[in-house]
Amino acid sequence: MTHIVIVGAGECGARAAFALREKGFDGDVTLIGAEPHHPYERPPLSKDGLAGAEPPKYVAAPERYEEVGITVLTGAMAEAIDRGRKTVHLSGGRSIGYDRLLLATGARPRTFPGVSEGAARIRMLRTHADALAIRAALAPGRRLAVVGGGFIGLELAATARKLGAEVVVVEGLPRVLSRAVPEEIAAIVAERHRAAGVEIVCGARIAAIEDGGDAARVLFADGGSLAADLVVVGIGAVPNTDLAEAAGLTIDNGIAVDETLRTSDPDILAAGDCCSFPLSHCGGRRVRLEAWRNAQDQGTLAAANLMGGAERIASVPWFWSDQYELTLQIAGLADGAAATVRRAMDDGAFILFHLDGDGRLIAASGIGPGNAVARDIRLAEMLIAAGSRPDPAALASPETKLKKLLAA
Amino acid sequence: MSANWVEVCAADEIDEEDVIRFDHEGRTFAVYRSPEDEYFATDGLCTHEQIHLADGLVMDDIIECPKHNGRFNYKTGQAKGAPVCVNLKTYPVKVEAGSVFIAIS
Ligand SMILES: Cc1cc2nc3c(=O)[nH]c(=O)nc-3n(C[C@H](O)[C@H](O)[C@H](O)COP(=O)(O)OP(=O)(O)OC[C@H]3O[C@@H](n4cnc5c(N)ncnc54)[C@H](O)[C@@H]3O)c2cc1C
Ligand code: FES
Repeated sequence: MTHIVIVGAGECGARAAFALREKGFDGDVTLIGAEPHHPYERPPLSKDGLAGAEPPKYVAAPERYEEVGITVLTGAMAEAIDRGRKTVHLSGGRSIGYDRLLLATGARPRTFPGVSEGAARIRMLRTHADALAIRAALAPGRRLAVVGGGFIGLELAATARKLGAEVVVVEGLPRVLSRAVPEEIAAIVAERHRAAGVEIVCGARIAAIEDGGDAARVLFADGGSLAADLVVVGIGAVPNTDLAEAAGLTIDNGIAVDETLRTSDPDILAAGDCCSFPLSHCGGRRVRLEAWRNAQDQGTLAAANLMGGAERIASVPWFWSDQYELTLQIAGLADGAAATVRRAMDDGAFILFHLDGDGRLIAASGIGPGNAVARDIRLAEMLIAAGSRPDPAALASPETKLKKLLAA
Repeated sequence: MSANWVEVCAADEIDEEDVIRFDHEGRTFAVYRSPEDEYFATDGLCTHEQIHLADGLVMDDIIECPKHNGRFNYKTGQAKGAPVCVNLKTYPVKVEAGSVFIAIS
């Protein structure tokens, strides 16, 4: 019987396992995960879920796996792949043979140079265990320093304020969210944080971060310093490629796959945060995404292709972030945009549409209270997928329904 | 058990292939008008997180949640895949004298 083995029991691995069954695969499926839990959702960890959810929010109830015939090995680290023998070696000495293998190993937080792993007052946020440790250190009056003004750091800052902690965010670049978000939106986010009492320091040059036992300290290159009860470092993530690299697979900012998610070994696929792939909407440019829906979409696609299909990646990158009452949603990748069109909506919400030199819609970024921008961002995503060149005046006018543009 | 019919709105207040939110006695519903000009009703909140589906997008017989794009068939309430796995409850709907009514049990 055909045996499909999935290494990495996160959003992507779990989705792939269930999708195999939904698509009628009747061989064996084994899902191997290093963490002690069944697959759970990470997005809540920096949002409301930080407020102490136990157990974590599972991708699927643990008993569902057994019901559909998925063997889950938790607390099991895949340590080596023997491609000749088609075998995965696990921690503890166990080995598992595969016919096809999916690597869904995800990413891990980038570490700050010189910070030792055991430092109790300097932490990172990726796992449920991380969230519990951070939660335990936050209380009214406690001081949290977040290093890095990216999505995870800012979401954590908002949640920590809700819990009553004093929060300072330290960013090295001139503004927060500079990697993925247009300046106008980043400015609104920063302003909202300031209104909530979060101090934001941009353009900071950090020399070191120290755990002094009774307090942690962020030391600046100019000689200044900042003390906090807890420092959380949120300076991006790096893909988990060690296993693939040791097995001789091609690595290029992640495990390199083609548009069908195949690695340089046709019996091994990779998907989710760990892989880089050619994105057809961006002229085949190789990208790596760290996004929840991408992990799901690629997990589903991987399942089809593990069963012998050759389906190509077609989905448009999509991301959201929640901070206070604001939700930000982004479809597509805005870099390379030649023009931007703004559409104002109710309650201060707005969407920026990004067009390339030929007038093709390549991305849309929106922000507003609650789900104010959701529907139009979703329609924008479909316009992007269709490769359409909408009339900029129609995009800018809130009276024009985007659904009409899609039908046109 | 006799149905408790509640008036929602005038039939033309819902666009074709669209949805509105309807709150009644502390409960919230989503009421739909299909592309075929039929009316349907479901519970108002997504079964993944407590999000109002009426902010979502209606496409054919699918309502897509605005938060994480979970999908349901609003005619049957069936969850159509990740991240939603719990179906939506549906409610009978009738149109009388130009108004939409739903039967709340
Ligand atoms: C705090 C936080 C908030 C987020 N918020 C959002 C958000 O608002 N919106 C959004 O779009 N995205 C968000 N994300 C990103 C999203 O969670 C990720 O894109 C998604 O989890 C990627 O799924 P994955 O399965 O590829 O990887 P992961 O979720 O990282 O899962 C990989 C799993 O593989 C395991 N593993 C790795 N190597 C091995 C091995 N050798 N053997 C066994 N197991 C192994 C890891 O332990 C891990 O459990 C957030 C992420 C975090 C951390
Ligand atoms: S709240 Fe509806 S899909 Fe998550």
